[in-house]
Amino acid sequence: MRAALILRNKRRDRIFKVVALLSAILGLVFLATLVIDLLYDGLGRINWSFLTSFPSRRPERAGILSAIVGTLYIMGLTALFGFPLGVGAGIYLEEYSRRKNWLTRLIEINIANLAGVPSIIYGLLGLGVFVRALNLERSLISGALTLALLVLPIIIIASREALKAIPFTIREASYALGATKWQTIFYQVLPAALPGILTGVILALSRAIGETAPLITIGALTYIAFLPESIFDPFTVLPIQVFNWVSRPQQAFAVNAAAAIIVLLAITLILNSVAIYLRYRFQRRLKW
Amino acid sequence: MVKDLSFTISKLNAWYGDKRVLKDINIEIKTNSVTALIGPSGCGKSTFLRCLNRMNDLIASFRLEGSIMHEDMDIYSSGADPIEIRRRIGMVFQRPNPFPKSIYNNIAYGLRIFGVKDRSTLDSAVEESLKKAALWDEVKDNLNQNAQTLSGGQQQRLCIARAIAVNPEVILFDEPCSALDPVATAKIEDLITEIKEDYTVVIVTHNMQQAARVSEYTGFFMLGELVEFDDTQKIFTAPANELTEKYITGRFG
Amino acid sequence: MNLNPSIRLKRRISEGSIKGVLFLCAALSIFTTVGIIAVLFFETVEFFKEVSILDFLTDTQWTPLFVDKHFGILPLLSGTFLVAFIAMCVAMPLGVLSAIYLNEYASVRFRTAVKPLLEILAGVPTVVYGYFALLFVTPLLQKIVPGLSGFNALGPGIVMGIMIIPMISSLSEDAMSAVPRDLREGAYALGATRFQVAAKVVVPAALSGIMSSFVLAISRAIGETMIVTIASGQQPRLTINPLVPIETITAYIVQVSLGDTPAGSIEYKTIFAVGMTLFIFTLVLNIFSHWLKERFREEYK
Repeated sequence: MRAALILRNKRRDRIFKVVALLSAILGLVFLATLVIDLLYDGLGRINWSFLTSFPSRRPERAGILSAIVGTLYIMGLTALFGFPLGVGAGIYLEEYSRRKNWLTRLIEINIANLAGVPSIIYGLLGLGVFVRALNLERSLISGALTLALLVLPIIIIASREALKAIPFTIREASYALGATKWQTIFYQVLPAALPGILTGVILALSRAIGETAPLITIGALTYIAFLPESIFDPFTVLPIQVFNWVSRPQQAFAVNAAAAIIVLLAITLILNSVAIYLRYRFQRRLKW
Repeated sequence: MVKDLSFTISKLNAWYGDKRVLKDINIEIKTNSVTALIGPSGCGKSTFLRCLNRMNDLIASFRLEGSIMHEDMDIYSSGADPIEIRRRIGMVFQRPNPFPKSIYNNIAYGLRIFGVKDRSTLDSAVEESLKKAALWDEVKDNLNQNAQTLSGGQQQRLCIARAIAVNPEVILFDEPCSALDPVATAKIEDLITEIKEDYTVVIVTHNMQQAARVSEYTGFFMLGELVEFDDTQKIFTAPANELTEKYITGRFG
Repeated sequence: MNLNPSIRLKRRISEGSIKGVLFLCAALSIFTTVGIIAVLFFETVEFFKEVSILDFLTDTQWTPLFVDKHFGILPLLSGTFLVAFIAMCVAMPLGVLSAIYLNEYASVRFRTAVKPLLEILAGVPTVVYGYFALLFVTPLLQKIVPGLSGFNALGPGIVMGIMIIPMISSLSEDAMSAVPRDLREGAYALGATRFQVAAKVVVPAALSGIMSSFVLAISRAIGETMIVTIASGQQPRLTINPLVPIETITAYIVQVSLGDTPAGSIEYKTIFAVGMTLFIFTLVLNIFSHWLKERFREEYK
């Protein structure tokens, strides 16, 4: 009687293990299917003319030039705004606000909360504040400011982690020599924390370049057949170009969409690999 | 103009929050001498040491009453500048803490933050401090190597060189050898005996034999009070206070 | 001994202004939240000057872009929650099972190989999932499910669910690994199998943490935009039928943004009104999720 019970339990355990394992790898199977489907549909479409042409009404002539350029510009501008603001906030929270007064708590709660706000809400914020109130129109700078706000929590959190990892003894040694707080932070703590911070910034950027909704909301256009010449010009980005093509009924546009996705994923993959490489080197270099 | 007394401390009391950690300390530290501070763990000797260069300011809950005079000035007065104080009163810590930079940049840092930019000035300062810290011969061929690749004893001597480079008057040592092996410890003790001609040294140590070896004056702390302070010879051969005697004969601590 | 006072003053000014600038960077987060609330609130108030709240909450049609305008949010809400529901049906069981496998069964090697791959799932841009939902999953499902329309809630719901699995899996795993070893070991010592330990000891113990991850995932699902915009359609419909086109709040905002809606028009204001609704929902869910997590943390202090 006892033996039968044990046997039944063991069998249940085995069945469960298989079910759980399948659950764990289902996502991977899905991912693999996705990648294979994309490559199958889109890889053949990628050629030099695809990369260097503007979009067109004719799918065979259409290319992603304006989208790639727009993506690169947006990435650069978002980093330009996001990096100093995010790292600055991280430095303040980690190095200057030791005493947890109510204001610091409020800031921290805000940052945690903002990380969970849907990205389209950021689009509405950008529309109301940057496009309308500040009159920046539906331009690169509006888009970059909006995205910078969106990814700011990521940069702040990564910066804080990187700064926290630097042992206090380094700061102590610096103070003991007669350095001021800012000298200590700028010449000792920041350089040591930089790889960790950069990892965070790169991950934030790789999130930003995949964002579609907030940019559509602030008015990035889906059909742009020119390159922006200043930060106040309209623009488009790769994910929006994908969206535009996916929304068209012709099969040939679907192929274009797949090809554009491959380019987008390739850029994302490169960014993430750089971040992972940086994190690896960061962990190796410092043997505290 | 070398004064006899480097520090005159009167009625020093200190608190971390509500907890009083130093009680009515009165002590005089003589210039160009080595003064050792001994006592059981938690007796306040390290806290006291950190009062001398205002490192305790970094701790939010720290509070101090009394006066610490260094060369005619109360270092805690409102006109006092902690930055300048820390340049003139240097510190070497328990665990070697070189910056994750090259040997050269570790030492040059102290000068750079005070505006020294000239390369040849920095070069000679680096060389001089490393020589004084008895480290020059071992590292002179590769000043660009990362300081953290040095051995523990070498790192500590680097920290001493780094402290010397800013030309302080006083160097405070907070249990500098507790993380080092006996050979490295011996080198540092020799170093301390050498440099006392140029600097005033105050050293906190757990190791009584070390205190007896290197210092001329010794102070015995217990539970935040300075129980006894006298010539090292006297403290270790004929202490006046019964508690001191119990500590150095190992009855507790 | 006193240093030149002007140097000291200069230093104090520069250190002070640096601290001030850094503080502004940190305070930006407060301005962002205030900005979001202000923008949404302002336009929503303007909206409710023209549309009654009762209509907004009870009308069963949403047709602000048509000539005959109705402003009932219920169809958008039903679309949003229908897709989220389907996504959660996929993500909750699979997420928890994955977490159990990774935490209780898997070898360290398996875990270190699989976890980053699962994170990749979470990092794929959502347009890509939208593409996949529209052009692969829906056609596939159409072979199995009769009457499945080209735009529907089922396909994107499933895809969204799979996208959310890593979130539930990793947060549940954190909760499960926080359960003390002695609880497990006590059970193993009594002869329990791993399944029994997982199901009867670990999961119940980690329940608040797991629930917290569910709530957070729901918040993510209702805020998701591109998958539903591409694959669910633009037909606001008050229904629970997953086989027909619907429209979510987020897809509606995109629809309006793509058009040439003049600022100040009623159509323009609608996106802020529905945006405010969405914001309130996700805020409440996030707070609730946080509260659950704190309760869990309290249990295992």
